[in-house]
Amino acid sequence: MTATLPVYSKKDFQTDQEVRWCPGCGDYAILSAVQSVFPELGVPREKFVVVSGIGCSSRFPYYMNTFGFHTIHGRAPAVATGLKIARPDLEVWIATGDGDGLSIGGNHTIHMLRRNVGLKVLLFNNKIYGLTKGQYSPTSEFGKKAKSTPFGSVDRPFNPLSLALGAEATFVARSVDVFQAHLKATLKKAAVHQGSAFLEILQNCNIFNDGAWESLTEKDMRDDRTILVEHGQPLIFGRNKDKGIRMKGLDLEVVSLGNGISEADLIVHDEHHPNPAYAFLLSRMDNRPGFPTPLGVLRSVDAPCYEDAMNDQVEAVVAKKGKGDLAELLGAGDTWDVG
Amino acid sequence: MATTEAPPRRREVLEQAVIRFCGDSGDGMQITGSQFTNTAALFGNDLATFPDYPAEIRAPAGTLPGVSGFQIHFSSRDVYTPGDAVDVLVAMNPAALKTNVADLRPNGALIVNVDNFREVDLKKAQCATNPLEDHSLDAYRVFKVELTKLTRLALLDLGLDAKSMDRCKNFFALGMCYWLYNRSMDPTYKWLDEKFAGKPILAEANKLAMKAGYSYCEATEAFQVSYEIPAAKLTPGRYRNISGNSALALGFVAAARRSGLTLFQGSYPITPASDVLHELSMFKEFGVLTFQAEDEIAAVTAAIGAAYGGALAITTTSGPGMALKMEAIGLAIATELPLVICDIQRGGPSTGLPTKTEQADLLQALYGRNSEAPVPVLAAATPGDCFWVALEASRIAVKYMVPVIILSDGYLANGAEPWKIPSMDELPEFPVRFRTDPEGFMPYLRDPDTLSRPWAVPGTPGLEHRIGGLEKQDGTGNVNYEPLNHERMVRLRAAKVAAVAQDVPDVVPAGDPDGDLLLVGWGSTYGSITSALSAQRAKGRRIGHVHLRHLNPLPRNLGDLLQRYRKVVVPEMNMGQLLWVLRAQFLVDAEGLNKIQGKPFKVSEIEAKIEEELS
Repeated sequence: MTATLPVYSKKDFQTDQEVRWCPGCGDYAILSAVQSVFPELGVPREKFVVVSGIGCSSRFPYYMNTFGFHTIHGRAPAVATGLKIARPDLEVWIATGDGDGLSIGGNHTIHMLRRNVGLKVLLFNNKIYGLTKGQYSPTSEFGKKAKSTPFGSVDRPFNPLSLALGAEATFVARSVDVFQAHLKATLKKAAVHQGSAFLEILQNCNIFNDGAWESLTEKDMRDDRTILVEHGQPLIFGRNKDKGIRMKGLDLEVVSLGNGISEADLIVHDEHHPNPAYAFLLSRMDNRPGFPTPLGVLRSVDAPCYEDAMNDQVEAVVAKKGKGDLAELLGAGDTWDVG
Repeated sequence: MATTEAPPRRREVLEQAVIRFCGDSGDGMQITGSQFTNTAALFGNDLATFPDYPAEIRAPAGTLPGVSGFQIHFSSRDVYTPGDAVDVLVAMNPAALKTNVADLRPNGALIVNVDNFREVDLKKAQCATNPLEDHSLDAYRVFKVELTKLTRLALLDLGLDAKSMDRCKNFFALGMCYWLYNRSMDPTYKWLDEKFAGKPILAEANKLAMKAGYSYCEATEAFQVSYEIPAAKLTPGRYRNISGNSALALGFVAAARRSGLTLFQGSYPITPASDVLHELSMFKEFGVLTFQAEDEIAAVTAAIGAAYGGALAITTTSGPGMALKMEAIGLAIATELPLVICDIQRGGPSTGLPTKTEQADLLQALYGRNSEAPVPVLAAATPGDCFWVALEASRIAVKYMVPVIILSDGYLANGAEPWKIPSMDELPEFPVRFRTDPEGFMPYLRDPDTLSRPWAVPGTPGLEHRIGGLEKQDGTGNVNYEPLNHERMVRLRAAKVAAVAQDVPDVVPAGDPDGDLLLVGWGSTYGSITSALSAQRAKGRRIGHVHLRHLNPLPRNLGDLLQRYRKVVVPEMNMGQLLWVLRAQFLVDAEGLNKIQGKPFKVSEIEAKIEEELS
């Protein structure tokens, strides 16, 4: 019997639970995008599991009409890893934040990525602790004045994309809560990636860190401050599409097109580039004077999935030795008979 | 290969013997001891062992902290402990002699490697004088053997370097002990052939060394007597030797088969629990999934994820790892998912004594989590019992949808005993059925008998639902912060664990069913208490012994039982943790007998306490 997949709509992925994020929170936009994308993925609804840790972002599973597991602070990647190993048939998504995923759960995040477990990670980055009411986070800028740092933070922040790349991630991307079309398109790319897909979503916390990404999202600035990287396309940005990025020695350089500089001089984005150093260079453009902040898929390469490798090993041994016989196992080794 | 056994000078038949091999941690004492154990087991003796090794992989050679020992007690009668006093002590260097000789019984045999008693060796062991010359060993029969030299002589023709030759000297000592107890060397020959299948020269070298040790005893007049310890009269059946950690691993494989679930183990290496991971990682043909996590927390949370997905999920650790896992165990309690957590206890606090045994995690297991978070707790009594406890804990976990803690300890984990291999029909069967019917489904709908909620695994159409660590409403599982709901949920979770008591059999005391004194124990003290009980009853005392497998909930008849004796004594390798529980729960004026030395009780220590109480 071939089961036909029901035709889902966004509504099928909404729950009856009252959404308890602050009015105006960027999380609403992310929830809406995910609820729009899931029906289009060709996956039966019962195969979806959303796993989260603790934090505002981690309330996400309660609002998705799928299987959902709201776990403990920082541990979603580990819970999801166990689930995916035991049940490779499931589509397991993680909703986490900059505190949950990079601070208390930083260890699990990097190890999930290096193992390449087939999990989709949505890291909501608002550069602040929201649920605990406004302390600086591991992505807050140096000098950030917050509840726990009245004189400014003396922590140097993580760059989530650089961190993911350094942890051997096979899919690294970034989008923004308010760029709905881009966000949905990137979610779809993450959904089809085999292995860990790490998607940082720049998200506004309008209560504790309002406008954290304003310089990137403001209509008249966004084209000059961000660059949408697309596989096979030259790195061009700017309101008038007149700026580009080319290699200069071992570094990147922003150039203006014209005056002898043409598209042919620019880097053509290759998300499959085998050397992660390229994607790393792109990730380092953040906060660099004159450089745009990259959005889109920085890196997407093929590598074996952890859960497949683990289950393949089991199958290979079963194929070689046959299915284990319990009586034989208990009676293995040197034995002797009495009476 | 057959062994030629020339008739020894005089043979004495004994009921039992205790041998201890001790030397530097690089001297192969654990292998030597395991080989003697294996041979004794195959011969049909009952036995118990006590491997005692340092936390350092290789402390500086010849020093006191680097001493590694292995004790075996083998007998023609039932054996419950590794033995209080040693009959034959093999000491490979002064450090080993110094740290172990106190346990040798007067007139016991002391075999020393005199080649390692040079000035420099004595200095490393901080010996002011040479114990072989200062008459400090006059109470023992000392056999000074040039073990290093004789081993080298035996291997002369093999063309090995000096270091490789010296590595075989433990087999020379083993050969001597085989002669002394009239044992066949065949099982060890077989083991060497398998162990060194890729390097036959090393198999040959160790065989030659062992034969040389055997022949040395035969040829020299050193030993006037050799001993025979007849086979024990064990319950009929097929036996194997088993350690507690191996038994746990087998128990979980059996539990997975009998429940129809896939076994998932999340674990992070930690002494003395790592062997459970090593063992289970070999059983891929049983579909076992072993996940070596990045840390203790990932190990338990991955297991929770696997349990959520429908696996029989376990995590294995020791005390420090338990401390790290506690928040996650609370999550399993709140989400009511089945999980088995094994704590192979060791000395603490903090890193403490990683390789030494202790029972001081009982209160941590019972109460070590935030808020009201009860779980069933079980403890294994012997190495072989670990198998049955693994099965029982798994059965309770899936029946009640609850995390269950198993307490073992370093002594059970590494100690070995003959284990009667169970037949398949002796193993409980507890097939698990996941919820599949969407009709009337709610994630926290409870079974009236067990109070358990349905196991509704992802991938089941129509059962999409959310669970988590936030307080929830019973039935729907929706997040709920109402005061009365919280109290109701706290009481429900406690009632569910209390309901496990219906699966806890009444305890039947060993010895007298009432009388002057009741010994209450749990875990690895079983052997010492059992031996002390029988010795003291033989002296006419009216005493009993109950050994608790279920530490939460406790057996329903325990309270009544405690009243049937004039005194209650609780021997524990801690400061009195079960004692505290019994006093609190039953208002009984029980007495503790506490030993916190990283070593199991001697039988004599328990006997002394009984005599003190009843004199």
